[in-house]
Amino acid sequence: MMPEDPRFDGPGPDARWQAALSEGVFTIQHCDACGAAQFPPAVTCRACHGGALSMVSASGKGAVYSTTTVRSREGAHNVSIIELAEGPRMMASVEGDPEAVRIGQAVTARVAPGEPPMVVFAAEGAE
Amino acid sequence: MTDGLRGKVAIAGIGNTRRWHAPGRSAYDQLEEASFLALEDCGLTLGDVDALYCAHSTSGLPVLNVAERLGLGPNLRHADGTMVGGASFLFHMRSAVSALNAGQCDVALICYGSNQASAGGRLVPMPDPQPYEAPYKPRYPISSYALAAARHMHSYGTTREQLAEVALAARAWAQMNPDAQERGPLTLGDVLGARMVSDPLSKADCCLVTDGGAALVLTRGDRARDLARPPVHILGTGVAVSHRQIAQMPDLTTSAAAISGPAALREAGLGIKDVDHAMLYDAFTICTLMFLEDLGFCAKGEGGDFVASGAIAPGGALPVNTNGGGLSCNHPGMYGLFTVLEAVTQLRGDAGARQVAGAEVALAHANGGVLSSQATAILGTAATI
Repeated sequence: MMPEDPRFDGPGPDARWQAALSEGVFTIQHCDACGAAQFPPAVTCRACHGGALSMVSASGKGAVYSTTTVRSREGAHNVSIIELAEGPRMMASVEGDPEAVRIGQAVTARVAPGEPPMVVFAAEGAE
Repeated sequence: MTDGLRGKVAIAGIGNTRRWHAPGRSAYDQLEEASFLALEDCGLTLGDVDALYCAHSTSGLPVLNVAERLGLGPNLRHADGTMVGGASFLFHMRSAVSALNAGQCDVALICYGSNQASAGGRLVPMPDPQPYEAPYKPRYPISSYALAAARHMHSYGTTREQLAEVALAARAWAQMNPDAQERGPLTLGDVLGARMVSDPLSKADCCLVTDGGAALVLTRGDRARDLARPPVHILGTGVAVSHRQIAQMPDLTTSAAAISGPAALREAGLGIKDVDHAMLYDAFTICTLMFLEDLGFCAKGEGGDFVASGAIAPGGALPVNTNGGGLSCNHPGMYGLFTVLEAVTQLRGDAGARQVAGAEVALAHANGGVLSSQATAILGTAATI
């Protein structure tokens, strides 16, 4: 029997991302070949299609790329797309008054504990 | 290269159940009735069908369910159950054009049915967990389109009033279509005053939630000429896929219609100025506006001014969504086939009070997922061949 390819041994990228998040660490991937930053994680690099990626801590810095206030009988909450300083974008929420969130606003990440833990952002300079 | 496919395949028959609220009928009942009507329209029967194309939001095995239900299994020589949301059926058209041209089948049936309105009254997305987005509780799918609309407003100064013009134009067309569900008066104040759901989109920016069934019969053009109705030729098709989750859309203000549209026009050997009539999948008002830009009817960022000028409303320079669209006619979960039905109706000259005079070339454009998949078909009368 052929051995499995050791380059892809161990937990998959989604599981590793969740495991880091459970430890309170927000990670993204860094391509060992072309240097591209990547989120969400995957086995291969979407920029150069190589197969060697490292999980690294995200800077947590970013800016609001777009934003919406989702309204229901239960109230209103923010849903935004954040462009991370490293380049990739992600869906997240910006804490505080949902109506105060603006496109272009600088934001900083934290990992909010919970089940599952979540990456959330706060406007820079906010409490 | 692909010029060899231009016009070789034709839409020979169309079927539309026109049952937008039909309690007691399943999605398959709607699909089967539409398929029967489409085959009857061109003088064929289910016994002639040797290729099947379908997609469902409630079944991962649509071809198996439909082939068994319609008794098609023994005769099938080609099938495709590609599921990319509401654009699936235009992906199916492209697949069927290839198969018909290659001689792998002779009579292709593309069909869809839904009972989403009478069964629950809301869009029922298929189970497809998105672990990187779900924790933030976006409302699916409207929040994704709202994020695109907000970015478009930020980048180009597009306004809610301009988006409202899309809904008003759709309603004005619907008022000329006896089959449209919503034909009552609608004012700018009504649209702007509607309940906000996910800023900047209100309930009036959203398509209807209806039941419905639709089907197309495709054959090679030479055979279509001998059938009951004037053939509508498929001059070109184009498809494109860009993302699944909205946060991964490369540019929230430009959809992959900017790829599918030019590809379809290239295959047709036509330019956007040759299009007499356009059907642009309007799941939300922002869709029509973005697709006008991405397909090249106006420049990027000018969609707001374009629709506010009255260009797409009755009497305007470009008749768009003349059935009333997903906003005012019908929207049974996945609406893509209905863009083609109305284009065919216009090219046959069967559109009654809303008929576009002298329409020879129509563009049908469909969207799927959350601006995720885009597909464009260029259709023409016999005069365009």
